Amino acid sequence: MTTDTASSYLPAGTPLPAPSPDGLDTAFWEATRRHELVVQRCNSCHGYQFGPEWICHRCHSFDLAWERVSGQGRIYSWERVWHPVHPALVNACPYLVVLVELPDADGVRLVGNLLGDPMQEVEIGAAVEAVYEDHPLEEVTLVQWRTLTEFARRRQAV
Amino acid sequence: MSGQTMKDQTAIAGIGETAYYKRGGAPVSEFQLTLEAILKAADDAGLPVKEIDGFASFSDDRNSPPRLQAALGIPDLSFSNMFWGGGGGGGAGAVANAAAALVAGYSKYVVVYRGLAQGQFGRFGQSRAGGRVSYPASYTAPFGLMSPAQSFAMRVQRFMHDHHISPAPQKAISLTSYEHAQANPRAVMYGRTLTSEDYDHSRWIVEPFHLFDCCQENDGAAAVILTTTERARDLKQKPAVLMAAAQGSDDRQAAPAHNAPDYATSNFKTVAKRLYAMAEIGPRDVDVVQSYENFTGGVMMSLVEHGFCAPDEVEEFMTLETFRAPHGRLPLNTSGGNLAECYMHGLELITEAVRQLRGTSTAQVPDVAISMVCSGPMVQPVSSLILRA
Repeated sequence: MTTDTASSYLPAGTPLPAPSPDGLDTAFWEATRRHELVVQRCNSCHGYQFGPEWICHRCHSFDLAWERVSGQGRIYSWERVWHPVHPALVNACPYLVVLVELPDADGVRLVGNLLGDPMQEVEIGAAVEAVYEDHPLEEVTLVQWRTLTEFARRRQAV
Repeated sequence: MSGQTMKDQTAIAGIGETAYYKRGGAPVSEFQLTLEAILKAADDAGLPVKEIDGFASFSDDRNSPPRLQAALGIPDLSFSNMFWGGGGGGGAGAVANAAAALVAGYSKYVVVYRGLAQGQFGRFGQSRAGGRVSYPASYTAPFGLMSPAQSFAMRVQRFMHDHHISPAPQKAISLTSYEHAQANPRAVMYGRTLTSEDYDHSRWIVEPFHLFDCCQENDGAAAVILTTTERARDLKQKPAVLMAAAQGSDDRQAAPAHNAPDYATSNFKTVAKRLYAMAEIGPRDVDVVQSYENFTGGVMMSLVEHGFCAPDEVEEFMTLETFRAPHGRLPLNTSGGNLAECYMHGLELITEAVRQLRGTSTAQVPDVAISMVCSGPMVQPVSSLILRA
């Protein structure tokens, strides 16, 4: 369902993620390589949290797990970037950045790009689905997003 | 509440500023600019520089108190302080910390200062080439979300969505600053008018921010000297009495990767409440406001969270007519502020708030009794202050 891969949305040279040197989020980046989206969840109070923390901000338990979530999200906010601030992005503008909330994980949010036409109309509240963008040479996978309607259109075209 | 707080116990006795330059335009070093601003503030107060015994700054200012002490030949340093956090969130907070040091008896004369020479050091809002980024930037930078404009546009977009706000209020805030700067010879944008059409035709930086919604980048320095209200009365200038100051951050506002629970906020909700409680006044008592513009959308939310209008009244309230000195309902950023006077990380807003009380602003509001400053929307922590004559 969410194992479709996308080619790179932003050009090569855009910074890629590295797991935190202290090991805090190694599990997150290992999961994206498997095309899975995981979010931190407390084993004591069962609340979700993101970005990752060393303890649960609700009950202060150190017993945190990574739990797989569906990859279904909703656009919480968005922006169209026109002015590049990174040398790799000089010819990549405009591009769309979305903030996506995950209803099945206490509404935690992830930043990503909205795939497709950068001039498309973006609607806050629209349903989106995770798409995995592999960077095989760098051995890292980003989580990107596309609107369900476009996804459905593509499925029909296939 | 008074008696238990520092309300009215301290005052700004002197203000000083260097000439303001475009980014990279300063002919001298950042340290020299800072010294010049401090010397001017002492001169303005009529205070011998060597009487200064405390230093407070913010935003990781590079000019350390012991170095300034040495360069100024100050014999006794009794307080040195840095307000945590980047951006302009600490402008009023540094003043608050200086006031607290005075009330605590640490120091007699504390200077709050900020020096910036971005040509000499790095620019804001620019990212370096290539490589890998780790937590928390690993959750934003790979998607091209890197700069302050890109971080804050996301919050403002959601606020505009929630309250059905058109681009007009942001434009009004921008036009106000440029209009006020035309009366202010210190302003970097003095002589550079901005028309409604100029604004409309300006390029997008990141939607919903046009170029003119974004602050400048500048070189310069500014300083203000605080002392007890009692001592301030013996100095040269009419004291600007610090009625109240507050600093802080709402519930988990610094949660990584844009996960603050209350997201579409300038982060002033709890700070404003504590500010008015200490001052024992309300928003209706405020005569003039200087509100930090990193981006105009931040001003919009700051004014709402300081109680000047409800979120759903933004469209109607936030107009050029409302903000225009001298007779608008809420004169705003009367020196031109970060957008059009100088981006001195908002310390220039505090010097302007003092001028409004002295009656020496270039866009003077008549009979100002209460003058407010809001420092650094959308960062963590933020701060505000209220001055009175």
